[in-house]
Amino acid sequence: MAEAYLFDGNIHTMNDHLKASMILIEPTQGWVSLKLHELWEYRELLYFLVWRDVKVRYKQTVLGAAWAVIQPFMAMVVFSIFFGKLAKMPSDGIPYPLFSYAALVPWTFFANGLNQASNSLVGSAHLITKVYFPRLAIPISSVISGIIDFVLAFIVLIGIMTYYGTFPTLNVIWLPFLLLLALITALGVGMWFSALNVEFRDVRYVVPFLTQFWMFATPIVYPSSLLSEPWRTLYGINPMVGVVEGFRWALLGTQTAPGPMIIVSSLAAMIILIGGAFYFRKMEKTFADLV
Amino acid sequence: MSDTVIKVEGLSKLYRIGSRQNDYRTLRDTITDAFTTPLRKLRKRAKSKGLEGNSNLSALGSPLSADTIWALKDVSFEIKRGEVVGIIGRNGAGKSTLLKILSRITEPTEGYAEIHGRVGSLLEVGTGFHPELTGRENIYLNGAILGMRKAEIEQKFDEILAFAEVEKFIDTPVKHYSSGMYVRLAFAVAAHLEPEILLVDEVLAVGDVGFQKKCLGKMGDVAKEGRTVIFVSHNMAAIKGLCGSGFLLKNGQLVIRDNVDTVVHAYLSEISATTEKKRCWTYRHRGSSIAIDEVELLVNGLPSNSVQSGDRCSIQIRYHALTPESVDSNLSVAIMFFSEGQKLTNLWTNYHNGRTIKILPAGVIECSIPKWPFRSNFLRIDIFTQMGPHLQDWIEECVYFDSYDGDYYHSGIITGPGQGLLFLDHEWNSYANE
Repeated sequence: MAEAYLFDGNIHTMNDHLKASMILIEPTQGWVSLKLHELWEYRELLYFLVWRDVKVRYKQTVLGAAWAVIQPFMAMVVFSIFFGKLAKMPSDGIPYPLFSYAALVPWTFFANGLNQASNSLVGSAHLITKVYFPRLAIPISSVISGIIDFVLAFIVLIGIMTYYGTFPTLNVIWLPFLLLLALITALGVGMWFSALNVEFRDVRYVVPFLTQFWMFATPIVYPSSLLSEPWRTLYGINPMVGVVEGFRWALLGTQTAPGPMIIVSSLAAMIILIGGAFYFRKMEKTFADLV
Repeated sequence: MSDTVIKVEGLSKLYRIGSRQNDYRTLRDTITDAFTTPLRKLRKRAKSKGLEGNSNLSALGSPLSADTIWALKDVSFEIKRGEVVGIIGRNGAGKSTLLKILSRITEPTEGYAEIHGRVGSLLEVGTGFHPELTGRENIYLNGAILGMRKAEIEQKFDEILAFAEVEKFIDTPVKHYSSGMYVRLAFAVAAHLEPEILLVDEVLAVGDVGFQKKCLGKMGDVAKEGRTVIFVSHNMAAIKGLCGSGFLLKNGQLVIRDNVDTVVHAYLSEISATTEKKRCWTYRHRGSSIAIDEVELLVNGLPSNSVQSGDRCSIQIRYHALTPESVDSNLSVAIMFFSEGQKLTNLWTNYHNGRTIKILPAGVIECSIPKWPFRSNFLRIDIFTQMGPHLQDWIEECVYFDSYDGDYYHSGIITGPGQGLLFLDHEWNSYANE
């Protein structure tokens, strides 16, 4: 009797297990769930994809990881000559090279992340057509792997700050949050573009354009203090405004504390991210057939 | 307890022709379309007519439009735990589409599938391998992509390494690997995937034969362990060796579901029945006494255009006499087998006891081969006839047909490609050395 009961119990456990791992495959329509729990289950894959990107990033290049620094550094040199020296652009009382480089570090992270994410799906066609995993892992990993470049460029920023004898304020603890904001923005826009890129390869040409315009729409060569309130707060609709001004405020101690602007930026970034994620999931079913 | 692990109901997949691969749109296309649409429609109409002529695609009867195709149409089945099912069918029959849907790479257009258990799909070996990474790094990356946990990969790492036989090069970037090493490593990772349900697509088409056997053996183990396997292959020998039951897909529909021997047989006869008889007859020298009407390959008594090693087959030549005088004269006939332009053998009546054929007003000349000796190959037959000193009908490229590896020795051992051209009846003995 007891044995029979035990046997019965076993069967129940097994069926419960089966129920738990049942996969239903059916056509989906319209907006679908983000399936974030599934993304969580695949976190190890996400880790490996980031690890792969980091490992191969500068393979077969002569200068290697130096590229992560050259890009923002050269931009800083050019901007300092043209905007700082020749155009006499105001820089909130900060030496112009430091002023622009502090903005270029998060900006480069954002621009490269956006570019990588936008091309990520098309570049992973061989994976998408051969194996299943949550597709969101692809743009996410491509943005995250940019952090290594950010760290390298940031080390140089510390060097420049030391050169000018500038020391960061206590507000520096907000930096991870600001970096996250840049990451969310890059990922949000990147998800839109990567999904669009599957069907319309025009995206490849649109992204460099867009980042160029976006850069001048962000206070990198000029300070946002040129604007008066409430326009300055409204300017925060561009999430990168909040990021860049936040970096300057936290590191260089500019008086332009982001305040309400950072809230506007965060909200805008979240809207882009959530919208992008849902659009991405909606288009996901077409990826394997179109990519 | 024979519970259902895969249940498929009315599964269908509609594809837009041309959108399957690399045919992406740009805005420019959309703009140019506005100007070229009328022309395109005409071309498409012509194309779909062409399709009707030489394939069965249009038989799908898509009601939507000419540029869509039902790659899979209303497929329903159930698979029980521990079943090993072989899916066969011709190119475009929907085999790969079915696997892609079951492995959740692409969505069905209609219908649904229920899967109970952890699915591992192996549609390609080495998915996600990065050439710049070392063997060790790729094992981790590929394992993660196939759905293995890091701890699981670590635990099986040594086993994978031993299976792949690449220990010495494990810290070398795989771009320096030979293709054989690459495939071995890739398959080794895949072979150590331990899902409850394994979906495998044609992955054994690569690699050296010794390793292929090892893979087949490993897959056989998987099957014996009671895991459910769905296996797609064009290699009938592998299908027969691994699978218990089979599905035959045709034009996206599941036409037969039975034990594997029945399904393989049905597939082979379907090939011969549906393929139009390929009458190339590129070169023909006509004689004055007889004319050949038709040349046909028969396997086990049925017309076919494929034969397996060990099969009983024959070549039938249908002819008629051109003049009354030629009736009753002696004809010598030669059947020549070629593969890629190289003559494999010549079966000539003159070599065969000097026999000749007595001509009838109309008749059939049959050359029987009790055990087809060739391995996997694509062959061509030329026919040559001669009456006395006079050349009669001589036709090049009479028939093309496929030869598949079969169990010639009735040993139950499957051999893959790369084992030479043919089988020979032979014996093994051993003696003491005195």
